Amino acid sequence: MSETTAPLLVASNVSKVFGGLVAVNDVSFTVPHKAIVSLIGPNGAGKTTFFNCMTGLYKPTTGTVVFDGKDITAKRADIVTDAGMARTFQNIKLFRTMSAVENVQVGMHPRLKSRITGMILRTPFVRREEQGARDKARELLDMVGLKRHDELAMNLPYGDQRRLEIARALASDPKLLLLDEPTAGMNPQESEQLRSLMERVRDERGISVLLIEHDMKVVMSVSEHITVLESGTKIAEGGPQEVRANPRVIEAYLGSQA
Amino acid sequence: MSTATAASTPVLKKPKLSRGTSPWIIFLSVVGALALFPVVVDTLMTDDASLMKASLQALAYIVMALGLNIVVGFAGLLDLGYVAFYAIGAFVVAWLGSSHFADADIHILASSAAENLPGIHVNFFIVLLIGAVFTAIWGALLGAPTLRLRGDYLAIVTLAFGEIVPRVFENSTSGIFGIGSTDFSNGKQGIQPIDSIGFPGQLPIGPFENVKLYYIGLALVAITLFINIMLRDSRMGRAWIAVREDEVAASAMGINLVRTKLWAYAIGAALGGFAGVYFGAINTSVNVDQFAFGKSVFILCMVIIGGMGNIWGVVLGAIALSMLNSFGLPELNKLSDPIGFQVTSISFGIFGFFLLAMMILRPEGFLPSGRRKLELHDEEPEVAIPDDPGDQAYEVRQS
Repeated sequence: MSETTAPLLVASNVSKVFGGLVAVNDVSFTVPHKAIVSLIGPNGAGKTTFFNCMTGLYKPTTGTVVFDGKDITAKRADIVTDAGMARTFQNIKLFRTMSAVENVQVGMHPRLKSRITGMILRTPFVRREEQGARDKARELLDMVGLKRHDELAMNLPYGDQRRLEIARALASDPKLLLLDEPTAGMNPQESEQLRSLMERVRDERGISVLLIEHDMKVVMSVSEHITVLESGTKIAEGGPQEVRANPRVIEAYLGSQA
Repeated sequence: MSTATAASTPVLKKPKLSRGTSPWIIFLSVVGALALFPVVVDTLMTDDASLMKASLQALAYIVMALGLNIVVGFAGLLDLGYVAFYAIGAFVVAWLGSSHFADADIHILASSAAENLPGIHVNFFIVLLIGAVFTAIWGALLGAPTLRLRGDYLAIVTLAFGEIVPRVFENSTSGIFGIGSTDFSNGKQGIQPIDSIGFPGQLPIGPFENVKLYYIGLALVAITLFINIMLRDSRMGRAWIAVREDEVAASAMGINLVRTKLWAYAIGAALGGFAGVYFGAINTSVNVDQFAFGKSVFILCMVIIGGMGNIWGVVLGAIALSMLNSFGLPELNKLSDPIGFQVTSISFGIFGFFLLAMMILRPEGFLPSGRRKLELHDEEPEVAIPDDPGDQAYEVRQS
């Protein structure tokens, strides 16, 4: 892939060390504009840790992360989100006692401009903004295919909770959407819906998607570019066909011949 | 996994949480009922002085409980030192509305009784504003060191602040924080008399005009309720609940944890200061013994017993506990006196029994907020994925 413009996300030589454990070892990684790219690897390969390093939940031990031309290395999570990177969580982290709409409204937080005095006096501006936020939240929920808008997040079935997390992440109008195992626990039909949703997000909204996923059917069909991690180290990258044929990848997943 | 969730899903009767009945209908009926109270008391009772005095206290407690509700109920930050802000508010009105600083000669819209006295005499209604802003700043300053703490640790640090603030006032007889040599508190004796509430140039409201003082207190309650309702259904209110539910997720949604928590502390403190100014003015004296640790706990009990996070529950809790303490038990004394027994001598026992009974029978409080009720009765295991890194694994960074 030869880029003429700078890629959306450039992570260079990122490492993360916990005590003596090197969870991510010198990984460099790019995400182009309007693309779906995947990060795969066996359990414990450091995929989620790498995700957390980019989204500000961890401080990388070394390395830099440049997003959309801005250096966001070791910036706080809310600043990273504000800059245009939104994420979902592997273990669903919804606000459980809030309704689906409210969850999405929380996702809009960095894009809303109400000030505290305006909120107390509920000025016409704040009123309009709140109404707009509610409408937009319902739109997003329709887009991800969640019908029970006023249901509490904790009462939603598992697949809907996953969808709600994506809607909540999209609410901050991101340029890059990071999905951490979005199809975990979904049936094949739901996975297929999710795949088409990712493509719509890319094509209709021009948002890049970075995907961590174990479902190889989804990964191979949707990704333009795949990076493989094993024990914190990048062992392969390339298009789906290339990665599928790579002997080191096969070894990482199936074990080496003794 | 999805089957396990569906089987034991708790059902909430009203899925629309905050937008059930319009809060403004409840607001008008609550304020209306409180406004009629003195009229009812006046027609039914011949000697209503003690009841009205107790009601003045209850109004101040409603304001404080609603302020603490923002910190504890909305943002989920357990504060055991809330009395500190009440103390700061009370000292602000003492400084700005008494002859304590006798060398100064500042009169701003003072009532006719205070116009010719030495010292600083600023009109009560201006002091209210100054006190609220001043305590809000202190709320943020005292909140700042606690931002990284959660749960028990947060409670311990706030408890310490609740003890430190009154001691600072007690020892500020020769400068404050060791700076200067001005007497800021008159030590244990405290500052008195504080100017009565009054309008510029007119005679102030006398200490026995309880009904007038009541309506001023009610106005403060109405303002406090208004602020609570507005913030609960706002961007900030959602951010508070999000932080309470899950700091990691809230931060990843672009919520600035520091700013969100500090706003909760500042607004909660401002309302505490509000109540402190009112209290100082109706008692016409301020001294550090009024700000014991027990008072923080008392206010926290109002919030918990009423229903943490539910504005109307907290109002109910504040009225119930405050009236029981300053009217109910002293009245019972009159009944038990002939047999040589003072009910008030066992008031702690009565409160303890009451709290215990509440916690066993109805831990969510009189009027629980829908959300809190779900949290307390939620026995459903979280949908967990085996290699869940857990919350501890995240470095929730706030700076």
